[in-house]
Amino acid sequence: MKKAFAKICIVMVAALLLSAPQIAQAKQLTGELEIFSWWAGDEGPALEALIDLYKKQNPEVKVINATVTGGSGVNARAVLKTRMLGGEPPDSFQVHAGQELIGTWVKSDRMEDLTPLFKEQGWMDVFPEGLVKLIGTDKGIWSVPVNIHRSNVMWYSPANMKKWGIEAPKTWDEFFKIAPQLKAKGVTPLALAQNWTANHLWESVALASLGPDNWDALWAGKLKFDSPEVVKAWELFGKVLEYTNADAASLSWQQATDMVLDGRAAFNIMGDWAAGYMVTTKKLVPGKGFGYMASPDTTGEFMFLADSFGLPKGAPHRDNAIAWLKVLGSREGSDAFNPLKGSISARKDSDLSKYNDYLKSAAKDFGKDRVVGSLAHGVAANETFMSGFASVMEMFLKSKNPKAASMACAQLAKKAGI
Amino acid sequence: MREASLDRLKAFLTLLPSMILIGIFVYGFIGNTIWTSMTDWGGTGALAVEPEKNFIGLQNYVDLFTGFLGGGFRQDLVNAVYYSVMLLAGAIGLGMFIAILLDQKPKGEDFLRTVFLYPMSLSFIVSGTIWRWLLAPQGGVNVLPTYLGMEPLNFEWLSSTAAILEFNWQNLFAIMLYVVAFILIMTGLFVLKGDPQRAMKRWLGPGVVIGAATWMFGGLLPEALFMEETHGFNMATLGIIMATIWQYSGYTMALYLAGFNGISQDLRDAAMLDGASEVGYYRHVAIPMLKPITISAVIILSHISLKMFDLIFAMTGPDNAETGHPALNMYLTTFRANDFAVGAAIAIVLFLVAATFIVPYLVSQYRQRRRG
Repeated sequence: MKKAFAKICIVMVAALLLSAPQIAQAKQLTGELEIFSWWAGDEGPALEALIDLYKKQNPEVKVINATVTGGSGVNARAVLKTRMLGGEPPDSFQVHAGQELIGTWVKSDRMEDLTPLFKEQGWMDVFPEGLVKLIGTDKGIWSVPVNIHRSNVMWYSPANMKKWGIEAPKTWDEFFKIAPQLKAKGVTPLALAQNWTANHLWESVALASLGPDNWDALWAGKLKFDSPEVVKAWELFGKVLEYTNADAASLSWQQATDMVLDGRAAFNIMGDWAAGYMVTTKKLVPGKGFGYMASPDTTGEFMFLADSFGLPKGAPHRDNAIAWLKVLGSREGSDAFNPLKGSISARKDSDLSKYNDYLKSAAKDFGKDRVVGSLAHGVAANETFMSGFASVMEMFLKSKNPKAASMACAQLAKKAGI
Repeated sequence: MREASLDRLKAFLTLLPSMILIGIFVYGFIGNTIWTSMTDWGGTGALAVEPEKNFIGLQNYVDLFTGFLGGGFRQDLVNAVYYSVMLLAGAIGLGMFIAILLDQKPKGEDFLRTVFLYPMSLSFIVSGTIWRWLLAPQGGVNVLPTYLGMEPLNFEWLSSTAAILEFNWQNLFAIMLYVVAFILIMTGLFVLKGDPQRAMKRWLGPGVVIGAATWMFGGLLPEALFMEETHGFNMATLGIIMATIWQYSGYTMALYLAGFNGISQDLRDAAMLDGASEVGYYRHVAIPMLKPITISAVIILSHISLKMFDLIFAMTGPDNAETGHPALNMYLTTFRANDFAVGAAIAIVLFLVAATFIVPYLVSQYRQRRRG
């Protein structure tokens, strides 16, 4: 009897000894975490700030920062696809929130539902309701948004405005009044850069022409792409194009911004990463060195895009990845990242004192404006449509035929299932 | 007898592993790509573990050549043809010219040979980036004249939207017939000297008939497209062609130089003794002797121009329709738009175009060997 008791004791102690390290492990994460993104170069420091924060909380985890450069993730997305198809997903990857994620990865059943994480962390209340709707479907929430960018912003130089004796136009009609005068002075009225910035300009022009209700209806499949409203948007876009620079296709977006700053061009429509470029790289003060306003005819509308991270099914270090997502969604993480990246936080409770004047105004607008999704940056439409739209745009730049472009879009929408 | 068959067995066994591997990894996958191109694999859900694929026959090909959204692909295909022609003419012409100059054994020939061959050792990404800088609208080549006190050029090497030699895709069939007639007539003229009767019967006659018939009844041919769509030689591709020629003319130079050096000095002396001039020697003796070298240069260069990807990617980026190429389009269609079936169809079209270059060569090689 005594022996049996001793045996049981030994077994118990052995079991305790064996389980003890595992309990410790649950508190202290170890192993690796591979995060996949296209944030290198100018955006690298912002990502580093997040990684530092993660390392502070989980010192035992080795973070592998896998970046594939290329603006808007053009190259990274292709690399990610080959990895996922090859059955080698990273632990967590960057993706534009919205249809770019849903159309490609959620519809393919490759992502894990993050609703439990959102509920556990109380994120349902801190992220705006409209945003949560756009990053989720009826089956769940699929990614944690890190930042919010605004797409429909027009940039100009206040000093040059004064020199030329004009004011930044609030509507396209005003723009068409000013533009010929500028052209006569040898100034490009609107600076444009390579192909994708034309898509970017299109969405601001189309939003102005269609209005937010029709814009939303377009992507919900309720408004046809070959309807007269859309043809009108293309016509307006064609008219705007007449006032852009001829060498656009060989410029980067930064060079287009430079044209505005050094007075070769008057205006530029670009997302608010341009503010980050002008503040960080060009050392300009928002409001003085450069001016900003909503692109013509879109005052009170906030066309947004967001970067987010998701959790792919079969992630090799799932626990580490969830800890990473927790950092991304936290107020601390978001306020460490966004001032450096030049974007605003997706959370409603961010500490605005850390942000510059432009970002403060953007955060204010995000709170009160009508929020719509961007096409060029993956919120509104899936990748089939986006990629096809780039070729439609090339076709239009060559032929300048609004009707043909609308019809091509309609066919594309059918193919993309919008 | 027995030994011979044993040898054969050994040879077969040695070759077997590579035959199996090539069978699976080259021909098997070509077959798989052909099958994929006949499905509707694409769109939402294309990346699922078990994606839905339905057989739709040749629909993807029909869409590419006549569909509304295939316009980009058609321009790319036209670009690829122009690239190939210009690259072949430029690299072979320039390479042969340099080879002839170096064949005169100037001082420092070894050094010059290295200089001309050196660009080939660069990767396309590197030379593409350099050339993008050189051809930037407000820098590089365009500011060269200012050093001579002249106005800078303002040609947009990589972003010009101008095009020459435009044609309407609707008239595709008529144009194809014209090309056939042209080739027949040219071959006929070439053969005319040697065998006039055969030339008239087999080449010139049919060529003229086809050409005349197309000219007269071309309007009756079906239109390849329901709307007007013009494609042509985009001026923006000039920059890319220049860069490719720069990179590959050294290579053809090396090929020809090796050939020239292989021609014995006796032959050259004999030609000179018979009164051949320098030009005559190359025109009638040396270059005809290097026909195999020309053929291999054509085959290698045409493949390079059909696989052109990294150079264009580095010089004008992925979405520049003016300088597009089917290989680039295939990558974007497959990995950006998730349209795997259409991407496979583009790959197969490229494969078939490449085959048109290599199959005649293989056939003639085979015939020669049988004769020999």
